[in-house]
Amino acid sequence: MDGTAFEFFSIASGFLGGLFVDPFIAFVDRPDKLIQIVSQGLSAGIMYSLVALGFVVIFKASGVFNFAQGIMVVFAGLTVVSLIEIGVPAIFAILLAIVVMGAMAVAIERVVLRPLVNQPGIILFMATIGLAFFLEGFGQTIFGADPKPVPIDALGIPDDKFRVLGDFFRKPVRIYQLDLTALIAGGLMVAAIILFLNRTKIGRALRAVADDNQAALSVGIPLPFIWVVVWTLSGLVAIFAGVMWGAQSQAGFSLAVIALKALPVLILGGFTSVPGAILGGIIIGVTEKLAEFYWRGVLGDGVEQWIGYVIALIILLFRPQGLFGEKIIERV
Amino acid sequence: MLYREAGQFKTNYVADQAIFPIRQDRIGMAIVLLFAWVIIPAFGTDYFLEIIMINFLFFSLAAIGLNILTGYTGLISLGTGGFMAVGAVASYKLAVIFPDLNIILVFLLSGLIAAAVGIVFGLPSLRIKGFYLAVATLAAQFFLDWLFLRFDWFTNSSTAIEGVPKTLFGFLVTGPDASPFAKYYVALGFVTVFALIAKNLVRSAIGRAWMAIRDMDIAAEIIGIRPLPTKLLAFAISAFYSGVAGSLMLFLFYDSAEPDLFDINLSFKVLFMVIIGGLGSILGSFMGAAFIVMIPILLTLAPDLLGLPISSDLAKHLEFMIFGALIIFFLIVEPNGLARLWQITKEKLRLWPFPY
Repeated sequence: MDGTAFEFFSIASGFLGGLFVDPFIAFVDRPDKLIQIVSQGLSAGIMYSLVALGFVVIFKASGVFNFAQGIMVVFAGLTVVSLIEIGVPAIFAILLAIVVMGAMAVAIERVVLRPLVNQPGIILFMATIGLAFFLEGFGQTIFGADPKPVPIDALGIPDDKFRVLGDFFRKPVRIYQLDLTALIAGGLMVAAIILFLNRTKIGRALRAVADDNQAALSVGIPLPFIWVVVWTLSGLVAIFAGVMWGAQSQAGFSLAVIALKALPVLILGGFTSVPGAILGGIIIGVTEKLAEFYWRGVLGDGVEQWIGYVIALIILLFRPQGLFGEKIIERV
Repeated sequence: MLYREAGQFKTNYVADQAIFPIRQDRIGMAIVLLFAWVIIPAFGTDYFLEIIMINFLFFSLAAIGLNILTGYTGLISLGTGGFMAVGAVASYKLAVIFPDLNIILVFLLSGLIAAAVGIVFGLPSLRIKGFYLAVATLAAQFFLDWLFLRFDWFTNSSTAIEGVPKTLFGFLVTGPDASPFAKYYVALGFVTVFALIAKNLVRSAIGRAWMAIRDMDIAAEIIGIRPLPTKLLAFAISAFYSGVAGSLMLFLFYDSAEPDLFDINLSFKVLFMVIIGGLGSILGSFMGAAFIVMIPILLTLAPDLLGLPISSDLAKHLEFMIFGALIIFFLIVEPNGLARLWQITKEKLRLWPFPY
C-alpha cells in the first residue's frame, strides 16, 4: 500500500470511526456524561415541544400553518416580563398576559383570518409570515429590541440543581430545577389541553372543526369563535413557553428562531398530533444535543442547526405523514 | 379602444401559438424592452441603476425560478436562499480557480451546480407533499448555510466571498470598480434571456406537465406524466435560476458578501415576491420583485420626505410593521397577486370606453 492510499485509508477510517465507533465508546466510558447530555436534550426538547404544541393546536383546528408562533412566544414572554418589571405582581402579570393574548387572537381573527377564509393554505401561511413581521416590529417598538432577563424569583420558579446518582458514577449528574419545573408544568399543561380537547363542549367543537369545517359549520358551530379559541389557546401555550424559555436564557427577539427549530419537530410528530409534538420535540432535542456533543469531532460545530431536519427527513421518507399524523389517503 | 383584438386573424399555427398573440402585447413588450435596454441606462443615475435596477433584476430572476417550482409545479420551497448561496459560492470558486473562464460561463456553470444541489434536495418531494415538503426544503436552507460557514474551503479561508473583477468584450463588468452601467447590462442580458426561456418553458409540454402535477399529481400520473422526473426537473430548473440569481447578486450587487447573507430571510423574501406577484405567472415574478424591492427603499425614504423626526431604531421597527401589514393587506385584497390585477385591467381595457 503506497503513501497516498494509506493516508486516504486512515482519514476514511478516522471519519467512519468518529461517526460510528468513538461516540459509542464514549457512551459506555462515561455514562454520567451521557445521562447529563440526555437530560439537557430533554430540557431543550420540552421547549421545542411547547412551541410545536402551539403550531399543532392552530393547524388542527383551522388548517393554518402559523409561522408567527415563534414570535408569539417571544411577545407573550416579554409581556409577562415587562409587566413584572413595572411592578405588577407575577400572578396578575400572567393573567394580564392571558388577556393580551386573547385580545390578540380576536384581532388576528378579525383582521387576518376572516378576510382570508377559504383561501388556499399557502396564502394563509404567507399571511402568518406577514403577521410575524408585524409582531416583530410592533413588539420591538413596545418592549425595545434588547433582551430582558426573566425575574425567576418573582415568578416563584425554583432555580437550583440536584446532584443525583453520585454513588454510581465518577461525577454526579446535575439536574436543574428549572428543567424539572418546565417538565412538570409542561406535562400538566399538555394534560389540561388534552382534557380540554376531549372532555369539554368547546373541545368537541374544536375537533369537529378540525375534522371537517363545513360539516361543523352546518351543525351550528360558529367558526370565528372557534378560531379565537384556538389562537387564544396557542397564546396560552406561548406565554408558558416564553416564560420558561426566557428563564433559561433571556427573553428577547432572538428567541424567535426557536420557531424554526420547532418545524422539524412538527414534521416529525405530524402537524395534527399533540402527542406527536411532545415526542417529536424530545427526539429532536435529545438527538441535537447528542450530535453536538459526541459527533462534533467528525461533523464540526453547529451540527444542531440542521441535524433535526435530517432526522425528520429520514423519518418522513418512511412515514410521509410523520410519526403520529393522520394517514394521508389520496383519491382522484 | 386601444386594446382590442378584433380584426387580428390568425391564419396559421405559428401565429396561433405565438408567445404574444395580440399585437398590442407585442408593441407593449417592445416598449418595455426599449425602456429597459436604452432609456433607463441612458437617463438613469448610478444610484438608480445600481441600488434599484440591478437589485430588482436579480431578484426577478430568483422569483421566476421559485415561481417555476411553487407556482407552476405546486411544490412549496423555502430553500431558495440556500440555492442562491450555492450559485454565489460556486461562481466565486470558479472565478478564482479558473481565472480565464468567461464570466458568462462562470454564471451558467454555477447555475448548473446549483441545479445539481437542487435535484438532491428535491428527491424527498416524491413522497412528501404540501407543508411537510416546505419544511423539508428548510433542511436544504439550514444545511447549506452551515456548510458554507463551517468549511472555509468554500470561502478560500476568508470570512466573505467576493465578486472577482472580470471583463466581457473588453469592458470591466464585475467587481467593485466596474461601472453600474456595465453591471446593469450584464444583469439585464441574463434576465431578458432567461425570462424568455422560462416563458417558453411554461407554455411547452414540460410546462403543461408541471401544471398537471400541480393541479393533481395522481391524475397527472395516470395520464402518463412521470412524477419523479417532472418534479426533479422543476427543482433543477428552479435551482438553476436561483443559482444564477445568487451569482448575479454577489458579482453585480454586493461585490463582497458573507455566506450568511443568504439566510432564511432571503428565502422568505423571494417567496413573498412570488406570492405578491402572482403564483404561476412570469410577469407576476417581475411585479412581485419590483414591489418587494421598492418597499424597503420607500419606507426608508418616507420619514425624510414627510419631514417626520423618527429615530433610526423606531424607523426600522416601523419598517417591519408596515412591511408585515402590507403583505397581509395585499393577500386580503388580491390573493392571486399583482399579475391577476393586471389581467383584470386588461379585461376592462378590452371593453373600454364602451362597456356594453
